[in-house]
Order: sequence, then structure tokens, then C-alpha cells
Amino acid sequence: MADPIGIEIRDLYKIFGPNPAQYVDAVRRGMTKGELQSKHHHVLGLRDINISIPPGSIQVIMGLSGSGKSTLIRHINRLIEPTAGEIVIEGQNVVEMSPQALREFRRHKTAMVFQKFALLPHRTVLDNAAYGLEVQGVAEAERYRTAMRWIERVGLKGFEKNYPSQLSGGMQQRVGLARALANDAPILLMDEAYSALDPLIRYDMQTVLLDLQKEVRKTIVFITHDLDEALRIGDRIALLRDGSVIQQGSAQDIVLRPADDYVANFVQHVDRGRVLKVGAVMLPPNGAATVAIAADATLADALHLMATHQVQGLRVEEAGREVGHLPFQTAIDAYTGPSDKAAA
Amino acid sequence: MSWLTSFPQINDGTLRDLKKVIDEGFRNFTRSYGDLIEGFFSPLQHLLSWSEKLLTSTPWPIILLVVAALAWGASRNIRIVIGSVVTLVLIGMFGMWTDTMKTVSMILASTLLSILIGLPLGILMSRSQRMQSALNPVLDVMQTMPSFVYLIPVVMLLGIGRVPGLIAVVIYALPPMIRLTNLGIRQVDNEVLEAADAFGSSRWQKLIKAELPLALPTIMAGINQTIMMALAMVVIASMIGVQGLGQPVLKAISNQYFTLGLFNGFAIVGIAILFDRISQSWGKRLQKHREASHG
Repeated sequence: MADPIGIEIRDLYKIFGPNPAQYVDAVRRGMTKGELQSKHHHVLGLRDINISIPPGSIQVIMGLSGSGKSTLIRHINRLIEPTAGEIVIEGQNVVEMSPQALREFRRHKTAMVFQKFALLPHRTVLDNAAYGLEVQGVAEAERYRTAMRWIERVGLKGFEKNYPSQLSGGMQQRVGLARALANDAPILLMDEAYSALDPLIRYDMQTVLLDLQKEVRKTIVFITHDLDEALRIGDRIALLRDGSVIQQGSAQDIVLRPADDYVANFVQHVDRGRVLKVGAVMLPPNGAATVAIAADATLADALHLMATHQVQGLRVEEAGREVGHLPFQTAIDAYTGPSDKAAA
Repeated sequence: MSWLTSFPQINDGTLRDLKKVIDEGFRNFTRSYGDLIEGFFSPLQHLLSWSEKLLTSTPWPIILLVVAALAWGASRNIRIVIGSVVTLVLIGMFGMWTDTMKTVSMILASTLLSILIGLPLGILMSRSQRMQSALNPVLDVMQTMPSFVYLIPVVMLLGIGRVPGLIAVVIYALPPMIRLTNLGIRQVDNEVLEAADAFGSSRWQKLIKAELPLALPTIMAGINQTIMMALAMVVIASMIGVQGLGQPVLKAISNQYFTLGLFNGFAIVGIAILFDRISQSWGKRLQKHREASHG
């Protein structure tokens, strides 16, 4: 299995239109999206994106439609050419790669999963899953062996001779996932991969991804417009609005410390009890409480534990060592959040 | 007020000179390059003689068997097989077997040629906007210019016979092949192409593994159209010496032989339907994977 590698996105700008390079400086100096559009008839896609994605982590990029998130992910494997900026992966700037180098890079370093699956309708599940290997020139027996392993891993054993049109949406996306994983690329790009699935299947597929990630440790860039999905799977989340990153950090950061009203609005309907971890809201250790809970347990678990044991506080432990304590009041405050004050 | 009712035209003398210059220019061109051009097209002559000989000298039961096998292979539908065989048997019983074989050989050759020329041109056209804008008016001319008009230079260059007939048929039958190949490739789902790119396909791999297979239903419709248009040219081609079902029709027109025209006309319709059903059901069978058995 390939070692995970990180992704550095630096000063990335994308302007759509006939003459994009001409307006980069103006945008750098602060021209707004509306101004660019009304005065110069160019569309601002991305503005000053700086994201550093550590190896082996799941980076969620989230935003509403039109925020530029699908444009951003397509810059990582250069399906879209940036107007300015660089994307550095393993010390190499993807933006400056020659067509051959880019092709090799796409074959071996990245794999992509698409919103509408983008499977080849005239190929069987097996041939779809083996597509990346086929393009690389891997011999038939070997690519079928690898593809078959991933088809089994995503739970499609027995369907390998079917055509995509014979499968449900959720199953088709499993094929998309198997195709991407069969490549054994260290970077996995998922463009709204689960947005077209219904909620139960989506939850299921998130679980598949999280389970797989424990095994394969890839660097995953996951695009979504669904906050619950972002909070569930993202190690780190970047929020995009009108082509700019307005906040990035862990799920805890974003829920506890929203950068502005827009983000606050976004997160206000989140089930904080299931998102917030005990470790993110606990106070320093005081050695008093007797009932223990893990630091990565959720707030809801903590409150439930207090209720069952009829205690007013918990000892927070990490690897058997006390790292903090969580009084009932702190837990409740974190759970209800700032919306209380807003109501008052 | 006569300048309003009669259109101000170039004066007769100039017009006459212009026509004379063009005519003489082309005649000189024909004289000096005719042989060269005929030599260039001689492989077509061989292809045509070979396919005609193959079809006319093969015993009729074998032809019937081959057609039945082709119909079955393409459609897996017993009704199409029976229909094809019955059509051919009727044609044979009414004494049109040899003419029909000659026509079929002509159609097969012109379809093959149209595919060989049309597919690459259609692909090129789908690749560049400029190519599309350049080819479109040419295709319009090919489809709407009355065929007699381009028969004149073709006959002047190559004389009367099968090859000029074939060229005339191909000029008329080629446009739908090019247009529908172009359209089919342009209609391929963009996300699938992105996926092909994202996995590092080369341009050739993308064309062979994604674009052409996904455009295939439209390309098949193009081939079908090409066959039908080639058949529609049979009578006109017979005017410049192409043998087959067209010649009796021509004879029937000039001598007012109503029944002769009708029989041969029906024979053309019969093989048109036969070609159409076989090629269409083959196209459908190629798309079997599209039949969704799942919501």
C-alpha cells in the first residue's frame, strides 16, 4: 500500500471567462465577485485558496451550490486549469506538470469518485472497477484480481458481471468507489460522492468509507453540501462561500467557534450532542469525579452516562489517564450552545 | 421604370465568357488529369467488381442462408429472419435476383466507404469548433445539391460506370454518417469524460474506451441513414451505368412500363426494409446493457 502523501494548495485563484489572467491582480486587490461579473463579465470561481491537507487525513470541503467546491476539487488533479496559484504534492507543482507527467500523476497518485457515478454504461461492474488499471496497462488477469478484491470489499460480490444500469444508485456508487480504490492511489478525491444517494444509503456509504480509511489510510478530499456528512467524516473541514474559504478547522472548532454569522447560521441546527466530543469542551482535571469517559466520546454519550449513574460530573480519560473533567453544567452549556443567549 | 422590373444582371457577354472559361478550364483539367484520377480510384473499381462477382456468382441458397444467419446474429428475432428470407425469395421468384444482388453489392460498398470516410471526419468535427463550422456548409451542399449537377463533373472525369456511380452515391449518403458521428460524440456525458481523464486516459484511450462506445447508438443511426440514402440513389446512379435494380426502373420510366417499374420499386423497398431491420436490431442489441432492470 502506498504511503499517504499530503496536499498543499497555495494562493489558488480561478476566474472563468475569455481573459481570466487579466483580472487576477484586480481580484487580489479586492474586486468583488459581483463587480467582476457586472463590469468585466468574468466569473470569479475561486479566490485566494490556501489549504494544507496532512497525509492520511480526511479533508472535507463544504459549501452550498455555487460556492466553488466542485471547481476546487477539480484543481487537485487539474481537470480544471487554475488562473493563478499552485498545488504542491510530493514537492511537485501539479499546475506546471507537462501533459505526460500529468497523465502519470493522475494514473498513480489520484483517484476520483463522482457525484453521478460516471461509470461506463457499456462495461460490466468488473470492467468498470478495473478501468484505472486498464488505462495504466496492467495485464488483464492482474487487474481483474485487484478489481475483484475491491468489488468484494465494497460489498458487491456476485454483481461483477452486471451492467451499471442494473444496479441501484447506492450500488453504482460502490462501483465508483471500487474503481477509485483499485487504483491504489494515495489521494482519493470525492466530488459530492454521496449527494445523489438517499439518506440511509448515504449513512451506510459514509460508514463504508470510514471503515476503509482505517485500513488504507489515504489522503481523502471530500466535497459535500451536507453539514452532518461533513461533521461525521471530516478530520478537518474547510467552509467555502462565493469562492473563498471562510473558515477551516476541525468539526469541533467550527461548531464551537464559528468564524462569522454565516457559519453560525450554518451550524445552528446541528445536533451538537452527537458532533461535539468530550475532549473539546472539558475542563482541566480535578481528580474528583469517579465515573470515567473517553475524551473522544460524544457529549450525548457523556450526558447519558451522567444520567444513568446519577452523577454531576465525569472523569475524562485518554488511554487510561485522566486528562480533564466534565461537570454537568459545562456539558449542558456546550450542548445547548449560544442559541440560548440569542433567544434570551 | 424597366430597371425595377428586370433585375440588373451581369451583361450576357461577360456571363457567356465566364461560363466558357470555367467549362474550358475544367475540360483541360479533365484531359490532363483524368487518367491520373481514374488510376487513383481504381482500387474502388476492384472492390466493386469483387463484391458484385461474389454476390452474383454465389449460389442463391447460400445467399439465403447467409442472410438468415446474419439476421439471426444481429437480431435474435425469428420474425426478422423469416421476413428477410421471404422478401428475398419473392424478389427471386419475380425474376429480379441478379439485379438485386448487383444493387446490394453497390450498397454494401458505398456504405463501407461512407463509414471509412465518415467516422474519422465525424470524430475530427467533434474535436474542434472550427472543423465543425468548416464542414457544416460542405455537408449542406452535399445533401441539397441536386445529384444530377455533381454527376456532370464526375462523369466528365471518370466516364460512365460503377466507380462514378459509387462516388455519386457516397457523396449523397456520407453526410448523415459524419453529422451523427459528430453529434454522438458531442453528446457523451461530460462527467464520464471527466472520469476517463481523472484516471489518466490518453486521448486515444478516451476515444476508444469511452467516447465511441457511448456515441455508438447515434453512430449506428448514422449508418442506418447512410444505407437508406444509398438505396434512394439507386435509380439516379443507374443513369450513369450502374447496373442493378435502377436500370429496369429507368427503362420503365422512359417506356411507361408500369408493372416493371412497380416490381423493381418494390424490390428496392424490400431490401431497404431488410437492411433497416437488421441494422437497427443489431444496434439495439449492442445497447442491451442500457435496459435497466433496476429503478
